[in-house]
Amino acid sequence: MYKIAAIGDKDSVGGLAALGMHVFPVEDGQAAKELLRKLAEGGYAIIYITEKLASQIPAEMDWFSEAFSPAVIPIPGVSGNTGMGLERISSMVEKAVGVDIFK
Amino acid sequence: MARINVNPTRMELTNLKRKLVTAMRGHKLLKDKRDELMSRFLELIRENKSLRLEVERALIEAGSHMAVVKSLMSDAALDVALMLPKQEMQVEIEKKNVMSVDIPVYKASFKAGGEGDIYSYGYAFTPGDLDAAIKKLYDIFPKMVRLAEVEKSCQLLAAEIEKTRRRVNALEHVMIPQYMETIRYIKFKLDENERGTITRLMKVKDMMLEQAHKYKERLMGKE
Repeated sequence: MYKIAAIGDKDSVGGLAALGMHVFPVEDGQAAKELLRKLAEGGYAIIYITEKLASQIPAEMDWFSEAFSPAVIPIPGVSGNTGMGLERISSMVEKAVGVDIFK
Repeated sequence: MARINVNPTRMELTNLKRKLVTAMRGHKLLKDKRDELMSRFLELIRENKSLRLEVERALIEAGSHMAVVKSLMSDAALDVALMLPKQEMQVEIEKKNVMSVDIPVYKASFKAGGEGDIYSYGYAFTPGDLDAAIKKLYDIFPKMVRLAEVEKSCQLLAAEIEKTRRRVNALEHVMIPQYMETIRYIKFKLDENERGTITRLMKVKDMMLEQAHKYKERLMGKE
């Protein structure tokens, strides 16, 4: 049995706590980095992270994208949508096909 | 084109021919694998894109509800309301094999059933917007899990496609031409050797006949 986590500023992920996700309010990239490593080993299968934090730790995001588990998924926070999620999709298409064919 | 540095012998030729056949079969198989992976990937990435748009829209809507809630409630009261959820979420992972790539299938479930259990507070001290925000999140939640599954699968497939494409290209543009070039070189070398041997034999035969019959001396004597 695996758990689901959400990392981000408190305002963005607070609501998810009510659903029974484990919520970890974090403000800066350095703390998020350490937390992400800890959660990955702690039996979390899906980790949602706000785009704002995710953009501060690109190396970790890349590292986790190659591993089978956990899935680290950026979500928009209260500060709004930065378009990072869609950018990630574009970069995946680019990696697989060679060019972004959905532009 | 570079050829492999080998001795031009018949044995090498046989070996190389066998290797060429294997390389060609491998090339064909890998190409098929790449094409199949690509079609799966494109299917998934389309779903990924539409799911992401949907999830992001819902999360932002929930976020705007939450902003209203925050203006109406103190932080402490909001913490009290949200931080002790009635239910816990769990997820099971199953592996699915797509063209030798393991992709995850998530099955999320709530420990406590019932839609009422998503509200972790009495309704007395909370504004209606909080209910709306949480309902929104609850409704979009299955899609969020599916998004995680699809996005992870896409990542894994993209990595595998990249790897396979490199292999296909290496076989197509390096290995196979190299083998063909080397086979040609050995064939030419062997043919050349053969011609050399024939000429040498003819020459030797001439010399032996000359020695036995002394044609030249007889011709000289007649004149």
